[in-house]
Amino acid sequence: MSEAAVDKPKVNYYNAKSGIMSWLTTTDHKRLGIMYLYSLGVFFAFAVFMAFLLRLELFTPEIDVLTFGGAQAGDLYNRILTLHGIVMVFLFIVPGLPAVFGNFCLPIMIGAEDVFFPRINLLSWYCYVLGGLFAIFSIALGGPDTGWTFYVPYSTTTGHNVYVPVLAAFIVGWSSILTGLNFVTTVHRLRNKNMSWFKMPLFVWSLYATGWVQIIATPVIGILLLLVMMEKVFGIPVFDPRIGGDPVLFEHIFWIYSHPAVYIMILPAMGVVSEIIATFSRKTIFGYHFIAYSSIAIAAIGSLVWAHHMFTSGMANEARVIFSFLTFFVAVPSAVKVFNWIATMYKGSIRLSPPMVYTMMFILIFSIGGFTGLHLGALSVDIHLHDTAFVVAHFHYVMFGSAGIIFFAAMHYWFPKMSGKLYNEVVAHIAGVLFFIGFNATYFPLFIAGYLGMPRRYASYLPEYEFYHKFSTIGSWVMIFSMLLMFGNLIYAARKGKKSSDNPWGGATLEWHTSSPPPTLNFDKLPDDIPGSYDYPLEVVK
Amino acid sequence: MSTAVVNANSAHDSHDAEHHMPYDPMGIKIGMWLFLFTELLLFGGLFIIFAVYSHMYPREFHQGSSHLSVPMATFNTFLLITSSMTIAQSITALRTGNKKLCLSLLTFTIACAAGFLVVKSFEWGAKFHHDLYPGTEVYFALQPGESAFFSLYYLMTGLHALHVIIGGILIAVVMRAVSKGTVNQEKYAFLENAGLYWHLVDLIWIYLFPLFYLVG
Repeated sequence: MSEAAVDKPKVNYYNAKSGIMSWLTTTDHKRLGIMYLYSLGVFFAFAVFMAFLLRLELFTPEIDVLTFGGAQAGDLYNRILTLHGIVMVFLFIVPGLPAVFGNFCLPIMIGAEDVFFPRINLLSWYCYVLGGLFAIFSIALGGPDTGWTFYVPYSTTTGHNVYVPVLAAFIVGWSSILTGLNFVTTVHRLRNKNMSWFKMPLFVWSLYATGWVQIIATPVIGILLLLVMMEKVFGIPVFDPRIGGDPVLFEHIFWIYSHPAVYIMILPAMGVVSEIIATFSRKTIFGYHFIAYSSIAIAAIGSLVWAHHMFTSGMANEARVIFSFLTFFVAVPSAVKVFNWIATMYKGSIRLSPPMVYTMMFILIFSIGGFTGLHLGALSVDIHLHDTAFVVAHFHYVMFGSAGIIFFAAMHYWFPKMSGKLYNEVVAHIAGVLFFIGFNATYFPLFIAGYLGMPRRYASYLPEYEFYHKFSTIGSWVMIFSMLLMFGNLIYAARKGKKSSDNPWGGATLEWHTSSPPPTLNFDKLPDDIPGSYDYPLEVVK
Repeated sequence: MSTAVVNANSAHDSHDAEHHMPYDPMGIKIGMWLFLFTELLLFGGLFIIFAVYSHMYPREFHQGSSHLSVPMATFNTFLLITSSMTIAQSITALRTGNKKLCLSLLTFTIACAAGFLVVKSFEWGAKFHHDLYPGTEVYFALQPGESAFFSLYYLMTGLHALHVIIGGILIAVVMRAVSKGTVNQEKYAFLENAGLYWHLVDLIWIYLFPLFYLVG
């Protein structure tokens, strides 16, 4: 390498242009990925703070923390609960992995220069931010108190402001649709001509399946939210029983979207897991075709299980049995994935770098989350567990403990590629282990409390649940501390970290064949023939 | 917003010089078809509600239907089908290089869209004149089910009318691009996409018309 090249840092996507406008008008998928990362981080921190307040309130059986501002007992709790739900679901976990890492990696992984519609990609980011601002703005109007599900008739009759957060969710839905549409078209049209469908990295497969779910499911909640707004703003009732409307129909349509949305959250995470496990086991992924097809199977069957959220809402018995069966059935492709991951690790040359450790924690947490999902899918058991803290625990095991921890794993996995720097692995390990302990301490007691009858969404409770709630709240402090440590470590590394090589983990997918950070058009020169996504060279790459 | 979506499709070929992806009409149309798919599902939610309620209240839906004006809706159907034909012809005109014919056919399409909206406003206006809209005493005095029919009538035809407006604006944007020459004999995917969108608007009406006016 010549002297000049050493002195002057290489031109990459990050330093190619500077100034705030170059970011706000960029159509570069990598820069948009970074912008999503920052905006997502802000909303996430906000929602974590809400959760901190909720747990603090639940430390004692009485309502004694969230009482300021002369609010009615429990009213403030309901509003904070709702905001926590809306921000976490619509602004963090649904867009999460596809928007940040999908945007950054997808085009590189298939050897393309960008996504197919770069400008729509930018528009999508603006929709996301606009929706987020509306959600935050709703606090100024007092905040909604309906829970993130906006069930009628409460949402259309409550005195609290509802249409602003509903509008926020509607706008963010646009962002979701446009991203999905963009990814599906990109995979179809911009794959390198030497990359056949079954040479694609599994993360790309999962993004492809997710894109379809986003396209199919999101418009359904779009129209539903529109109807709530119409009723609230223009007084055109649809679900109002006075005009013969049926509120249960609202629940059906809501879950027709919102259950597939669960798979929008978890499918990309599963894709990331496949990448990380293969890379750090230095072994071809076991059962590539099965993992790829199981993504599609999850997307397909997952669209047909929505009514298991409504077993107690009033439904024909035959329908309940069918939905219960389908719920059990959708666990099969998920289990296929778990077995394939374990089999990949078997006899692999495992390196316990932070992303790998996080991913192994994921497998454990996801298994607990998945098995408790079967409890809830079983009709008779669900009657007992419905609307208890057990549901809260199950939901957080699958969403936060699984999709969330994989978001952290992906951050640690692609951090050297995005920033060109290395972070302190010891600190990352400590943060990860603390997170694991804090997470389980926070949510596992809720399984027990819920089983014993603790209802969810309550601000106060009977004294016999006090032990579980105290345990859980203390766990939440450990968890928050671990996240501060984790983010602090990464932020410090981004500024002061050591320079990373192009391929610090020895990954085989295409993003590791370009420089770190990548140039604006992703590759200075594409490898002549595209390597298999999991073909690892025999010697360990340093 | 739909305008922005379809418009951005067309801009695919002319964006930043630093990208040099080839013009790919097939990809642009895939994007549009996926978008149309989401539009269908958007209306799909309303169609489900319509199906459930009309099953619950068949008699009340019949009664509600008898208040609607079939001649006006028939005329509107005629307008939309004609406009669908002219926009299809405009694409062929541009492909064969007849820019002038293309532009006049598109003008005619917009005129049909405007005509549709005028008729629609008379139709709604007549109902408003009799206080037959959600929120009034007349409305709440209706049988449960019949009032649900009118809620859905306003919501579904209203959302459709909104799509007619968006489609009209979209066609106007395409006309500008055609007259400037950025949409031309070689690169006409934007015009095709606008055509696809307009056919969707037409197609949804083809379902709304019998459901509200004829079947009841």
